[in-house]
Amino acid sequence: MKKQPGSVWVIAEQIDCRILDVSLQLIAHARKLAIELETSVEAVLLGDKMNEQTRQLFAAGADRVYLGNAPDLAHYQPEIYTEIIVKLAKERQPEIVLIGSTSMGRELAPLVAARLGTGLTAHCIDLVLDENKILESIIPAYGGLLSIICPEKRPQMATIAAGVFPKPEMDENRTGEIIALEVPDDIPRRIQTLEIIREKPQGVSFESAPIVVAGGAGAGDLEGWRKIADLAETLNAALGATRPAVDEGWAELETMVGQSGKIVSPELYIGVGLSGELQHMVGIVGAKVMVAINNDAKSPVFEQVDYGVVDDCREFVPVLINKIKEYQEKLVTC
Amino acid sequence: MLKIVVCVKAVPDPKEAHKIKIDPATKILTRSDVPFVLNLVDKNAMEAALQLKEQLDAHITILSMGPPPADNIVKECLALGADQGFLLSDRAFGGADAYATAYTLAKGIEKIGPYDVVLCGMASSDGSTEWVGPEMATFLKIPVVTRVNEIVEYDGEWWKVKAGLENGYRLVRVKLPAVFTVTRDLNTPRSLTFSGIIKARKKEITQWGIDELAVPEESAGQKGSPTIISNLATIDSKRTVEIITGTREEKAEQLVQKLADTGLI
Repeated sequence: MKKQPGSVWVIAEQIDCRILDVSLQLIAHARKLAIELETSVEAVLLGDKMNEQTRQLFAAGADRVYLGNAPDLAHYQPEIYTEIIVKLAKERQPEIVLIGSTSMGRELAPLVAARLGTGLTAHCIDLVLDENKILESIIPAYGGLLSIICPEKRPQMATIAAGVFPKPEMDENRTGEIIALEVPDDIPRRIQTLEIIREKPQGVSFESAPIVVAGGAGAGDLEGWRKIADLAETLNAALGATRPAVDEGWAELETMVGQSGKIVSPELYIGVGLSGELQHMVGIVGAKVMVAINNDAKSPVFEQVDYGVVDDCREFVPVLINKIKEYQEKLVTC
Repeated sequence: MLKIVVCVKAVPDPKEAHKIKIDPATKILTRSDVPFVLNLVDKNAMEAALQLKEQLDAHITILSMGPPPADNIVKECLALGADQGFLLSDRAFGGADAYATAYTLAKGIEKIGPYDVVLCGMASSDGSTEWVGPEMATFLKIPVVTRVNEIVEYDGEWWKVKAGLENGYRLVRVKLPAVFTVTRDLNTPRSLTFSGIIKARKKEITQWGIDELAVPEESAGQKGSPTIISNLATIDSKRTVEIITGTREEKAEQLVQKLADTGLI
């Protein structure tokens, strides 16, 4: 008799009782994998007073929700979260475990993977099953795409950023089984979260922005970077950065677009002073119109966009800003 | 005395990293002639250790895993002010994924002896997984805090640190011994000094292979790695570009027209 494969799991994440979009996106993708594997989709949700929110997990495609509801679980506590998930995974033997690539996910996933003695992939831009129904994590690197698999150890684990998979269609009529989890009482408690502070993000958020302006090393210095920031502001666009721009200290890590940063799907993307490195370009998923401004006509970025301007971005961007403002003023007066 | 271990990694110089290709036959990265440098954010881990040493009675040990040329980055850390250096180097360690790397480093730390604090950069510029810190902590059976951007309290057995979150931070209290992975916001790393380089000449780097570490062969390198690269592909999502030409003014005007056509501006 063929062995029934374990379920596809998603470790859902909530912040202040709000389930993150990435968790719902992953559940919808887990559904696709589960259909191919002929198994079920299960979500693990840890928090406090989260009963109501399980409906969203079912609506996105979960068949079963393991729900830990306790004041101790209200926010991420690494030891308790790890312990609960590891214990449950040992008992239920999931085939695949997916986690959002958030600051919590990127700490929790390796803690769980190491305890389970299994492999974990990062920065996946797609997750598919190969001909042996083994999970392939597709990861951009070194000018191409790597497929990484975990052939023997189980579960197969991966972290995926928000936006890699589309917003799921929510079926509000779907329901499923809720299994309550106990909080173990033998936690060492060598680490305690005392306070969590979250500020309102500055500038335009990537998730909602129809336009993303991204800047790279071509900005040259902070002054050059400010010009790119001005362009973003003029267009009411979200401002993204390549890794070199973050490394230079011009932009915050949070604004990095690409493989190890944000994944965005804007209507319009404008890349300024960047060379089109794959690690950055994979962060722009399905942009309708793409524009690049770069002083090197041979830059690979010009093979990846619809419109290109060959010019020094430090000189060109201020001129462009003026022209955009003229255009915008004309619109108002018409 | 506070015993600090700083884990550092020799990575291909990010400025030349684009030259690195993947060998389709062996499915291992061929690093060609790209020079190794100290991973950028590891410098912040090193700086944190040096600042602690300036304020407390502390001893700094450098630990790295890599091919023999990686001893250069260990030397660099000794020249910055670390007290001793260890390089875990063996053919059997080659091809390690984050899991096998973390396991081998944990074995190295255990062999070095008692420790209070393990510091490492949040991620390497080549793999950038962020897995090694937490996985190493798991093998050492000690707590970890990732993405530390401020060490708030560091006297006594319990430390208080701030760790980065999306648009914010968490304040965490943690009992030593512990692993901390640090971000570039933690501090500004100092530069090498001539006198530091001279002093470092007297400091020795101990090299350990698989036998010294007593790591079973099946737990090290590629054999000890749960994940493998199974396939390689190229990307062909190329668009047909229209290069806008003319004077600077003309180019800007034409581009605005193209942007206006999208209806978004």
